[in-house]
Amino acid sequence: MPADQPLVVISRSGARRWVSAIDRAARDVGLRVGMPASKAQAIIANLTMIDADPAADAAALERLALWVLRQYSPVVAVDGTDGIVIDTQGADHLRGGETMMVSGLVNSLRGRGLTARAAVADTWGAAHALTRLTEAGTTVVPVGGLSKAVVGLPIHCLRLPADTIQGLRVLGVETVGELSAMPRAPLTLRFGPEVARRLDQLFGRVAEPIEPLRTPELVAVSRDFQEPIGAAETIQKYVHRLARQLSAELEGRGLGVRRSDLVIHRVDNTRQCLRAGLAKPVRDPARLAKLLCDRIEQIDPGFGIEKMVLVAVMAEPLQERQTTASLMEEQVVDVTPLVDILGNRGQRLYRMTPVASDVPERSVTRIAPTAAATGADWAARWPRPSRLMARPEAIEVVALLPDQPPAVFTWRGKRRRVKRADGPERIFGEWWTRPREMQAVRDYFIVEDEQGERYWVYRAGDGIDPQTGSHRWFIHGVFG
Amino acid sequence: MSRVHNSRVIDELRDRIAGLEGRGSKNAAVLPFGVRQIDERLPGGGLAYGALHEIAGGGTGTVDGAAAALFAAGIAARANGKVLWCLTRPDLFAPALSQAGLHPDRVIYCQADKEEDVLASMEEGLSFGGLAAVVGELVRLPMTASRRLQLAAEKTGTIGLVVRRWRRQTEASDYGNPTASSTRWRVSVLPSEPLPVAGVGRARWLAELMRVKAGECAEYEIGACDAKGCVCLLPVSANGPDQTSWRGNHAG
Repeated sequence: MPADQPLVVISRSGARRWVSAIDRAARDVGLRVGMPASKAQAIIANLTMIDADPAADAAALERLALWVLRQYSPVVAVDGTDGIVIDTQGADHLRGGETMMVSGLVNSLRGRGLTARAAVADTWGAAHALTRLTEAGTTVVPVGGLSKAVVGLPIHCLRLPADTIQGLRVLGVETVGELSAMPRAPLTLRFGPEVARRLDQLFGRVAEPIEPLRTPELVAVSRDFQEPIGAAETIQKYVHRLARQLSAELEGRGLGVRRSDLVIHRVDNTRQCLRAGLAKPVRDPARLAKLLCDRIEQIDPGFGIEKMVLVAVMAEPLQERQTTASLMEEQVVDVTPLVDILGNRGQRLYRMTPVASDVPERSVTRIAPTAAATGADWAARWPRPSRLMARPEAIEVVALLPDQPPAVFTWRGKRRRVKRADGPERIFGEWWTRPREMQAVRDYFIVEDEQGERYWVYRAGDGIDPQTGSHRWFIHGVFG
Repeated sequence: MSRVHNSRVIDELRDRIAGLEGRGSKNAAVLPFGVRQIDERLPGGGLAYGALHEIAGGGTGTVDGAAAALFAAGIAARANGKVLWCLTRPDLFAPALSQAGLHPDRVIYCQADKEEDVLASMEEGLSFGGLAAVVGELVRLPMTASRRLQLAAEKTGTIGLVVRRWRRQTEASDYGNPTASSTRWRVSVLPSEPLPVAGVGRARWLAELMRVKAGECAEYEIGACDAKGCVCLLPVSANGPDQTSWRGNHAG
């Protein structure tokens, strides 16, 4: 089916058939969600229509939620019929913070051909409303900015029954702000307690715990406490015990854990989570427990913890491997435990590897620290500066065109006389990947001033043809 | 007879002191520079494994730390194994490290947002064992933090290298404050080796050994790290420029 053909999904309620979802092409020709199917057919001749299948939709949404659970956060649940609610607390550090996490999530869904919008807010209600009502792909409400963000939203975002919304509209209430300013008692008398409850949930006055999605194939071990526990040492002791139990469970199935969640149930019926990610499947209880205990200070036990659950959210096959004893002293040390420890603290770990490119800033790329050794090295044996500026800085230069190095240059207000210089090393633009660089040229020089300080400077352009560059000079690096 | 007895008592006492200082037989190994004049000034004949060493730049090198980073890379390259390089400003250019003998497969970078995280990562790396060296780029190194790093290094025998780089050249006077590191170097650039033709020759550094535990200070004019990370002693240049102008600026 061609992509530019309008496509609509038709739902039935009783005898009525109406449009429940449309694609972009259908929106462009003027179809809208909620219009009767016959009207849509009247607007577009031979419109492609599909009958809605709520059961399949729900199953697909649950599959998506499970994927989010594995990849992003320990507490994930299906929200209504069209959304997923994610508790980002305790898991966003693995993705570089909330903003990075939601933009990465939306981008990866877009890469799979799904259109998604995401919002991060202090409460489930606010995030639910903002996701459905803002046009932006991702919204992050800063802590404390909640009421400002939701006060102007229309009331149909409040997850209330349709007739309640209709009744409120009759009273002339349009926005959340107006509704929250009204006296509670008459509202409750007329519409029941639901309105006040949803408002309180939206503003975070009432807790709304998310019941996390679980499937039977997830390996989990739990521990109930007769007396609530709270001391860090006690928590640590039980984390170690749970890790041992989990390892034993996994051993039976031949699995190793890649991602595990510690879910802590407090006596006041709230939940806290810690997630630990591992670079390779692991079944060593000590390593797993260390990763979780590393962040034990983030747990707020409140009035006490009554239950702890350790779940292996993502498990991969792990075979036992026999190590060969060798007489050689040389032993390749596996750095994965260290990478795991540092990575779970939120540090960015990477290795640098060569890329076949002459442009200095493109000649390196970051790869995973645990990636297999590439053995590759940079081919150019010309001296390279040990510090490369992220952005070349413009310098004032006295130089003879076209191919003489600078005689004098001024950088950051300091004038330097060049004593020795080497160059030019000409680097051409990569026209095969970037058409704009068809004629671009950079001429690099190593210059040394009177103090012996060595810098890497370049001129944009070859010194003759203005097509090749602006002929301005830049400093790009500092040699040791 | 009594002299023999005395010397044995003194040897015993020395052993006990060494034990108290945490220098077991396992950690007594050193990493020599391969340059006799430098090695003979260092206790044990080289940079001690299982110890913390501080390196800073001189002049504008206090800010960019370009020479200091290469000097550290050369030391790490000569040690055997992987290297953890903790930093906050990711402006290190990996091809230069490779030219100093540190193959890109051997270096794991750990980029943090805060100085404290660099310290914590370094400590974790040092106490992990199994790494050749742990390098950290730091602005401030308080006594307590350096003591922690030194203890972590002593436990595993990993060499710890701190590259000090400041935000402003005037802040470099901080380098005079005491830390627990066992050696302290200042590496500043010198005019490169003269060539018979126009061009820039092998880079040369002035390496000042400013502090060393149980040893004397010294300074050397050395040629920069070669492709194996080795430095070499270059004869004192007679016609070198006057370095005193900037050296006077930083008491330290």
